Parts: sequence; C-alpha cells; structure tokens
Amino acid sequence: MTQGRDEVFDNAELAPGDEHAEGGVGLRVLGYLTGLGLALLLTATSFFVAGTDLVWEPSIPVALVVLGIAQMGVHLVFFLHITTGPDNTNNVLALAFGILIVVLVMGGSLWIMANLNHNMMPMDQLMQMQR
Amino acid sequence: MLGKLTWNAVPFDQPIPMAASGVVALAILAVLAWVVIKGHLPYLWREWITSVDHKRIGVMYTLLAMVMLLRGFSDAIMMRAQQSIAFHGQGFLPPEHYDQVFSAHGTIMIFFVAMPFMIGLMNFVVPLQLGVRDVAFPTLNSVGFWLTATGALLVNISLVVGEFARTGWLPYPPLSELAYSPGVGVDYYLWSLEISGIGTLVAGINLVTTVLKIRTRGMNLLRMPMFCWTTLATNLLIVAAFPILTATLAMLLLDRYLGFHFFTNEAGGNVMMFMNLIWAWGHPEVYILVLPAFGIFSEVISTFSGKPLFGYRSMVAATMAICILSFMVWLHHFFTMGAGADVNAIFGIATMIIAVPTGVKVFNWLFTMYGGRVRFQTPLLWSIGFMVTFIIGGMTGVLMAVPPVAFVLHNSLFLVAHFHNVIIGGVLFGAFAGYTYWFPKAFGFKLHEGYGKAAFWCWLIGFYVAFMPLYVLGLLGMTRRMQHYDVPEWRPWLIVAACGAALIMCGIALQIVQLVVSIRQREQLRDETGDPWDGRSLEWATASPPPAFNFAVLPEVSGEDAWWEFKHRANGRSTPDETRYRDIEIPRNSATGFVCAFFATMMGFALIWHIWWMVAAGAVGAFATFVVFAWRDHDEDVIPARDVERIDRRHRARHHPLTGKEIVA
Amino acid sequence: MSTVALTDAHHGSAASREWSGPASKRIVTGYGFWIFILSDMVMFSALFATYAVLLGQTAGGPSGRELFDLRNVAIETGLLLASSFACGLASIAADTRNTTWFQLAMAVTCAFGLGFLFLEVQEFAGLVARGAGPTRSAFLSAFFTLVGCHGLHVSAGILWLLTMMAQVFAKGFRADIQRRILCFALFWHALDIIWIAVFTVVYLIGSAR
Repeated sequence: MTQGRDEVFDNAELAPGDEHAEGGVGLRVLGYLTGLGLALLLTATSFFVAGTDLVWEPSIPVALVVLGIAQMGVHLVFFLHITTGPDNTNNVLALAFGILIVVLVMGGSLWIMANLNHNMMPMDQLMQMQR
Repeated sequence: MLGKLTWNAVPFDQPIPMAASGVVALAILAVLAWVVIKGHLPYLWREWITSVDHKRIGVMYTLLAMVMLLRGFSDAIMMRAQQSIAFHGQGFLPPEHYDQVFSAHGTIMIFFVAMPFMIGLMNFVVPLQLGVRDVAFPTLNSVGFWLTATGALLVNISLVVGEFARTGWLPYPPLSELAYSPGVGVDYYLWSLEISGIGTLVAGINLVTTVLKIRTRGMNLLRMPMFCWTTLATNLLIVAAFPILTATLAMLLLDRYLGFHFFTNEAGGNVMMFMNLIWAWGHPEVYILVLPAFGIFSEVISTFSGKPLFGYRSMVAATMAICILSFMVWLHHFFTMGAGADVNAIFGIATMIIAVPTGVKVFNWLFTMYGGRVRFQTPLLWSIGFMVTFIIGGMTGVLMAVPPVAFVLHNSLFLVAHFHNVIIGGVLFGAFAGYTYWFPKAFGFKLHEGYGKAAFWCWLIGFYVAFMPLYVLGLLGMTRRMQHYDVPEWRPWLIVAACGAALIMCGIALQIVQLVVSIRQREQLRDETGDPWDGRSLEWATASPPPAFNFAVLPEVSGEDAWWEFKHRANGRSTPDETRYRDIEIPRNSATGFVCAFFATMMGFALIWHIWWMVAAGAVGAFATFVVFAWRDHDEDVIPARDVERIDRRHRARHHPLTGKEIVA
Repeated sequence: MSTVALTDAHHGSAASREWSGPASKRIVTGYGFWIFILSDMVMFSALFATYAVLLGQTAGGPSGRELFDLRNVAIETGLLLASSFACGLASIAADTRNTTWFQLAMAVTCAFGLGFLFLEVQEFAGLVARGAGPTRSAFLSAFFTLVGCHGLHVSAGILWLLTMMAQVFAKGFRADIQRRILCFALFWHALDIIWIAVFTVVYLIGSAR
C-alpha cells in the first residue's frame, strides 16, 4: 500500500444506457431507428399471431412469449445499449442476476401455487362447508 | 376532518401501554430538554441530523437498533412472564394484548433491531475498508436512514394511539384482512414496513453500487476484506427480495383499503399466494440478516488470531453460493400447507444444500484460529459463542428441513427456539462483536473490557437457559404464541425459560453500564493510534474517529489485508509525499432525508387513520422536498489541501502501532 | 510492484486487471439506477406471478377474453414504443448539448406518454362502469394492480420528464442534470420493456384463451 492518487479512472467501463459516441449523431439516430423498426415488426407479428388461424393454436402462447423476449432484446440492445462488450460486463451481470431472480420468483410461485391449488380445496367450497 | 382518529384511540383504560408510553415520553422530553438547554441543538442538526457522512449515518442506524432492542426485549420479558404465570389462568395479559405483544416483538426485532444494526455497521465500515471517502449516494443514504426511523416511529406510536397488529410478525390473511382485523393495527404494521422498506431498498442500492464501483486503486474484488464481500451479497439480496415484500404488502393494503380480492376468502382470493410471496421475501431476509454477521466474524476472527483468513476464495464462493441458494428454499416455511410431496422434497433438499456453504465458513473460521496467537478479548468471545450456538441452531434447521419432521414441529416452540437460536446466536452476537470491535474506530476510545466480558457471559448463558427449554417444549407439543395453557408438563420448562430471559436482561443491563462507564473513562480507554486491535484492513489506517474525508490521499492496494501488508513491509520506512495533498470535495449536508421522513411520517399516520387531506399534503411535501433537493446548485463543500494536510499529519504524528517509532512526515 | 500498477493504469486499464480506482460519477449514478430498475423488475414479477395465479379466479364474473379491446392495446403499445424512440432522440440531443432538439424530443415523448395514459384511464373507467372493476373478482384485482402499477410508473415518469425539461431550461446541461437525464432514459425504456411483458402476457395470451 502506497499513497496513490485521488483521480478517477474509468476502469474501461460504460454506464448502463451509455453508448460509445464515435459514430456521430446520424449513426446513433440510425441505431434508434433500427430498434424502432424491429420492435414495430415484432409487435405487429405478436398481434397478428394472437388473432390468426394460421398458427397451430396450442403453440400461440409459446410464440407470443418468444416474440416478447425478442422485443425485450431489441429494446436492451438498441435503446439501452446493453451489449456483450467487455465495457458492459458489469451491466450485463447485474441484468443476469435480475433475470435469475425474476425467473425463480415467477417460476417457483407458479409451480408451488399450482401444486397447492391442485391439492387443496378451493376457498369458496371451504367457506360453504362452514355454513 | 381527522378521519377515524378520535380520543378513543388512546388506551386510557389499559395500564401497561399507558405506563410504558408515559415513561418513554418522559425520557424523550428529558433528553430533548437537556439537548436544548445545553445548546446542543445546532450541533446535532449540523453534525448528525443533516449529515450525509456514512460514518454518522452508520452510528445513527446502530443507535436506533440498540434503542429498539430495549423495546423489543421488553415485549419478550412480558411474554416470558405471561407464559410462566398463565397455567390454568389468564395471566396478566388478555389475549388481545398478548397478540399485539408478540406481533410487535417480532416486527421490531427483525425490522428495527437486526436490520438497522447490520445496515449501520455496513454503512460505517465498508467505505473505510474499501479505502474511499463515502458510499455511492450519500444523500440517499440519509434518506434511507430517516425513512427507517419513520417506520420505527410509527410502530411505537401505535402503542399510545390506536393499537398494533395482532397477526404475528407476518400478517397472514385472512386474519389480516379487513373482515377479521377491522382496526388500525394491521394498517400501522403495513404502512410502517412499506415506508421503512423503501429505506432498506435505498441502502441496498447504495451499498451494491459502492462495493462494485467505488473502491480504491488496486482494490480488486478478490482483494476486498471479507466483510465487503458479505456486504455485496447481503445488499444484492436486499435489492432482489425487498421489492417482493413491497408488492405483497401493497396487495394486502389494496384489499384492506380499496376492497380488492387478492387474499380474501371471497371472490376468488388466494390466501396461500400471500404465504408464498411473503416467504419468497422472508427467506432471503434471514440471509440478509446473517450474512453481514458472517462477515463481521471473518474480520474479528482473523484479527484476534493474528492470521489471515483461512481459505479466502472458498469463503467468497460460499458467500455468493448462499446468496443465490437463498432464493431457492422458501417453501420450507410452509411445508405443511398442502404443496404435495414432490414440491416439499425438492425444497427440503435445497434447504439441506444451503447448509453446506455455511459449514465451509465455519471450518474456515476454525482453521483461521488454529495455529494463531489467539487473543480472547470480547469480540472474539462473541465469535466463539456464535460458532457453538449457530451450529446448534443450524442443525435444528436442517432437521426441520425434512418435510415429515416439519409436519410435527411446524409452528411449535421447537421452531421458535430454532430461529431465535440462529438469529440471536448469529445476527445479534455478530452485531455485538462488530459493535465492540468498531466502537473505538467510531468514537476514539474502546469499550470497557471487563463489563464487555461479563455481558457476554450473561447473554450466552442466558440464551441457553431461555431457549433450550423451548426445544423441549416444542417436542412436548407446545405450539407458539400461546396466551395460556393447561398442560402441567410444560410449566417447569417455561419457568426456566423466564429465568433465562432474566439473565439476558442482566446482560443488557451490563452493556448499558459498559457504555456509561466507557464514556466516563474514555481518557483511559482512548485509542491513540487508530489501530487498537492490530487490525488487518484499511479502516485501521485512519485516525479514531476518522476525519470527514476518511483518507487524506486514497491508498493504493496491492494485495489482501492491505493495512497488515503496509505495517509489515513499510515498517516506518515510507514517508508520505508532501506534494500529494489536494483539496478534497465532500458532499454537503442536507436536510432532505429528515424532511422527507417528516412528510413520510405524516403520510403514514394519515393513511392509517384515513385522514385523506393530510395524505395529500404529505405527498405534495415529499415531492417538493425532492424538487428542492434536485434544484440545489452546490452539492459539495471543499476542504482545502492545507487543512487536509494538517489533519493528516496530526494522525501520522502518533505512534506507529508496530515499531513505536514516530513516522517522519 | 506498485510502480508497475501505476504505469499500467496510465496506458489504460484494459491492459491490466488492476482496479484503477473509484469510477466516475456518471458510471456510479447510472449503475446505481440500473440496480434500482432491476429491483423494480422484481417487484413487477411478483405482481405478474400473482396475476398468473389468479388468472382463472373470475368469481363468476367476466374474464379477459370478454373484456380486452386489442385494438386499444395495439394503439397504446404503438404510443409507448414511439415515446421510447423519442426519448432515445432526447438522449442523443442531451449528449450533444442541443437544447432545442432535447426539449422537442422530450415534449414528443411526453405527448405520446400522455396519450398512452389517457387511453389506459379510459379503459379502466370503462371496465369499472361495466361492473368489471377491481373489486369484482381476484382476477380483476390482479389485472388492475399489475397494469395500474405500470400506469403509475408512467405517470411518475411524466412528472420526472417535466421536471427534467424545467431543469434543462433553467440550468442547461450541467453534469448532474446530464446524469439525471441518463437515469430518466433508463427508466423510460425499462417501462416499455415491462409493457412488452404486459401486453404479451396479460392482453394477448389472456385473450387467446
């Protein structure tokens, strides 16, 4: 340990939401436009799939979820500039942690509650038993 | 005009709350009078209430915790007394009061003792250990503390205005729904926790960002002190778990206030969803409580053994494993509520797996002590007491992780004994170890060692006398929260437990005496060097107490145990470069936290009593506070380089802890 | 050893694996807010989980298929997406310190956001008028809370947006105001991400049953 400096270095990191600004305004606007276009496309597809007869019905929820995840990906990449570059590693790790927790909470809750609902008498029937 | 609030809300006909409130009110008035008369109010406002310094905020958190410990412990004494008397009788606490007492006891101990104690210690220590000047968001830190204080205040107001919840420390529906708890008690609980929950979340965001982004040069993650790693894991858990609590309590509030049907018996509400969600928060919560304690023990054990922590990397791995696994076990809190064998089995196995990393930690602590020159001072006594006690508590936990066993022991006193075993043995002993260990750093003088040891022994023996009988009682079939009973076999054990509680009370009394005596004898107990324990991490490189800016020049680190390295390599050789002193910018004090909490208290109280105009006023006030804060132009003060130099040289002019030589400046 | 670390840092920390010191305020602020957003996502996931569990609990009342107007939802989605795009333009304007474009883009963002809120309030009011309010059944409680919580976040975002416009107007692109604009953009885009989950799971899958 020696007496170091008080300055600030960037440790080769980006704040979440920041992008490397080398491209100039035009290129950056193009990035957002691309994101908008892709998102519109995916959203339109989602609405189409939900209402159409052209898709095998049991697969519709799966298709919608996949399309939804794709849309979220478009937002993350084009609007939030979350990339896989080394300067974004901390941001991606934090996101991954968040996603893990969301999956555990939602998946775990659904599994547990489905089990409980299967095994337990519905509440309105229980209440009727007490009359 | 005043919603549901009338004079009937004050329990004039109940002696115990009236007497308790009277005593507390008198104490508060006496302290206030002393402060004002002695002219300390400007000092208090400037140096403490509006401070955004992590050291000050950490001390205030810890002080809040210790004061609330007295309130929570009073509840405990009342429960033990009631249960030793109420054999074939009603005792002195009628059921509607007894229920409030055990609910308040749990709520206060978890949310307003254990959490603030740990957050306070983390706040105080982590920036110092990381070699930096403050946490990531100092003003937000102040907001978080004052919102936590608001929650504590609301719970205590319920003693004298209205009532508290009667539902236990987790308000299970349908009992907590409006139909079965029409009073204000559950509302006090809910708003108090929603408000202080925001404070906790804010602390979580602050400390995660601090550990990941604000470390001194050379302090790679794998060179951080172990306490910083456990801080990271704890606050990741806070950030991940507290939103679930916020959402769940909000849903219960919506049921109670707006007639929604999340957890009602009618219209399709699902009571079990509350249990599921609240424990999805509740299990990470207990790891939020205990992980900082594990970090404290790592620091204390390695310091008082004079050895580096054994197996640092495995400790880091174990800590992060606990962090992730704690989100995979929550069903073990409701094995008996109908999930079925396969679900129970998976969560039971996961619960047993999570015991493994804790075991790794215990072995590492033991191996740290082995071969070291162990100094049996108070912090280390707490650590050894922890290891023995927590292991027993952990084993009973793994026992109950077996679903068939849980079916016998769920909600019995065996469960109560288990969680007190791990919380007192783990969290509280850790808090006391940390308090004793870092007290000299915070205040410049050590705590009296003799009283510290005496307090420890009273606590340790008192704990075993109070809680081991509860294991037996659980196996004898006694359930928790019983206001009276008529089984003769139980009585002797309950009386022994009450004696244990009395012993613990002696321990607490000794801790109060220790504090008073230490303050009086502070000159004899003075810490001159800043390193009273021959420590290993960077907080011991600063003066006691550290200056506002912590380090005159941020240190540069090249390995673990940075301060130890410096002491043993430098050996009085290094001379600080005089030209390196610079102006230091420190964040300016701000009343934002205090004012925001004032409006939060107003809103909380008004929401509880349905005083809608006051809710609106509070909301406007809170928003205005933030806008005022956002509009300020000067958010930093500058300490000129020459002042920095003067303060720093004064510290360096003291004896070098190892060689006794003066460091030439 | 320390001199080596010093020179490494001079040439950029990509070369060394040494931590070169406390991060800049922009990174610290942005990262802290990112963590907050993740905590908000967890809160929404609890509401989503509750919605999924209570989906079938209509208590004899109306279900999603009978209640949801997908054309309305499509317009709301388009409005929010457009507002996200406008917000992106505002971020570029803030980076290049162009006050006119910034205020314009933020105003457009605000307009689209308000349009979204207007349609949503209209939808809620219509449901309540039909007797399908949140007190009708557990399903409707969950629906109103989940979608309403998102709407409350959008409302808070609008308040924040207006405050940022006022701050830039009064004080220009000061460093701390730039950091707040960064945080606002993160917040606004995150809200659109949550809306993707809402319209997919609640409206589209809920109507397809």
